[in-house]
Amino acid sequence: MSLLELNSITKSFGAIHALQGVDLEVSAGEAVGLMGDNGAGKSTLMKIIAGNFPPTEGAIRIEGNEVTFSQPLDAREAGIEIVYQDLALCDNLTAAANVFLGREAKKRIGPFKMLDYKTMYQKSGELFAELKSETRPRDLVRQMSGGQRQAVAIARTRLSDPKLVLMDEPTAAISVRQVAEVLALIKRLKETGHAVILVSHRMPDVFEVCDRVAVLRRGTKVADKRIDETSPEEVTGLITGAIAAA
Amino acid sequence: MTDQTHDQASHAEIDESITSRQEVSGFAAILRTQPFWVFMAILTLGVVMSFVSDVFFTERNMFNITRNFAFFGIMALGMSAVICTAGIDLSVGSLVGLTGIVTGLIMQAGYGIELGFIGCMLTAAAVGLVNGILIAYLKMPPFVVTLGMMSIVVSLARVVSDNKMIYDFGPDMDLFEWIGGESVMGVPNVVWIMIVLTAVFWWVWRYSTWGRWVIAIGGNAQAAKLSGIPVERMIVSVYVVCSLCAGLAAFLFVGYTGSVTNGMGFTWELTVIAATVIGGANLMGGIVFALGAPIGAALIELIRNSLLLAGIPAMWQQFFVGLFLIIAVLLEQIRNRGGK
Ligand SMILES: Nc1ncnc2c1ncn2[C@@H]1O[C@H](COP(=O)(O)OP(=O)(O)OP(=O)(O)O)[C@@H](O)[C@H]1O
Ligand SMILES: [Mg+2]
Repeated sequence: MSLLELNSITKSFGAIHALQGVDLEVSAGEAVGLMGDNGAGKSTLMKIIAGNFPPTEGAIRIEGNEVTFSQPLDAREAGIEIVYQDLALCDNLTAAANVFLGREAKKRIGPFKMLDYKTMYQKSGELFAELKSETRPRDLVRQMSGGQRQAVAIARTRLSDPKLVLMDEPTAAISVRQVAEVLALIKRLKETGHAVILVSHRMPDVFEVCDRVAVLRRGTKVADKRIDETSPEEVTGLITGAIAAA
Repeated sequence: MTDQTHDQASHAEIDESITSRQEVSGFAAILRTQPFWVFMAILTLGVVMSFVSDVFFTERNMFNITRNFAFFGIMALGMSAVICTAGIDLSVGSLVGLTGIVTGLIMQAGYGIELGFIGCMLTAAAVGLVNGILIAYLKMPPFVVTLGMMSIVVSLARVVSDNKMIYDFGPDMDLFEWIGGESVMGVPNVVWIMIVLTAVFWWVWRYSTWGRWVIAIGGNAQAAKLSGIPVERMIVSVYVVCSLCAGLAAFLFVGYTGSVTNGMGFTWELTVIAATVIGGANLMGGIVFALGAPIGAALIELIRNSLLLAGIPAMWQQFFVGLFLIIAVLLEQIRNRGGK
């Protein structure tokens, strides 16, 4: 049984049909690359899985049970974490505050519950270290580099132990060294039985860590192949439309 | 082998030093805040005034200054929360009139100070609730909603009071006037209340999830929402808090003056917003200082007092308040540009 199962997901924004009848399955311990041209509907699909908005039509199943997410929190509780393409960070807060946003560590002093800064700094420091990112937990996100911001968004998904991690272009703005760390993280996630969906425009990344690659073109899934049965050339053809479907 | 362990050790050290490092240290961070510079302006003005006027540093004058700004300081604490969410509340001034009238009517009828206080706060909460719901759930612009509410509240105050002044506060009148007008250990009661409230807000902004979430909403409401923060409910609560602060100020102010008319608090929202902004709040949201509210209010009152003592006609007061407001925002712009 697959961990996540999407059945003919359709999403329309008024007259725009962002997704049309997309099926997708992901199993535990598997990484699926999701590729496609700009505007193909990749982020829209990710946001539907993460509970940002419901699909116009279609069903989402997690471990065989149909779910409806009315808000991101529902998806999070179902074990889904996401790195948004635009990262969704609060610039005016520290890195640690962003990592813990919405699920702050608290300690109890008498009748009062208060934010536990020490724990939050320490834990986010560990998460950044794991990503080999020189991100300081106490710094404001406002003054951070693109790569550091990305590290904050990725560290956020490591706070709980999710079943499925969605990454919407997590390697778009970062250095070679940190790309390697993110890819290593995805491999570790797979080894520990997590499922990952990686949206990326970087062919080598997808071919390095993913077991399968799915291609979206204008809202329709045109291919879903095992990595060892396809090639970067074929995927490129599928993305551009030079190859109709495979 | 040894090499590797050594390498790992130094890695751990580096990680630790990165974790505890910060862009600016504690004191330097304070130096960068607006409340600090406004506080410096207050001290400077104080020194100048001590040369200009013999009366300035008398106990009596200090007492008056602190008591006068405490009412605005209390309201500015609530306004800071609203402005932190990139909102605005124009209805607080007229709300002072309405809640003052409600308090007066309840106490005049002989129901006592407890019910008077409860009625005052419930009225304030109701107005805040309506503001908040319209802004958070119906996504209406705060400026328009609270502008409309200002007009509605002014009108309600006139209707409820039947346009009469209230100066009889029933059996608890003495206690009522003591709370608003008297002092403990040489410090006016209203100032004590402002100090306690400031401390409470300081704690809330620094250590409570409510405070953290309000600041997050001001920074990026969309991101806050995606993180599972109940943005709409938080915004409603912020407007309720702001209204409650106005209600409290009204309760104290009526006790202090010993009478209330429905015109009380008229245009106070301007002073309160000015105090909040001078105290470092940013109308774009995401920035809040508990100490900024009383400090901003203090500066405004100090300007008023100084002009008075220096023999400059009171007509000039608004001019200087406006000038300081513009300078405060200008300074912030310059500092922000420097930081980027
Ligand atoms: N909230 C929205 N309202 C209206 N249209 C939208 C919305 N979100 C996405 N779309 C449209 O849906 C289509 C798919 O967008 P989506 O962001 O999913 O593309 P993408 O594959 O992630 O592209 P990119 O590679 O540029 O990130 C686009 O045509 C876009 O304009
Ligand atoms: Mg996208």
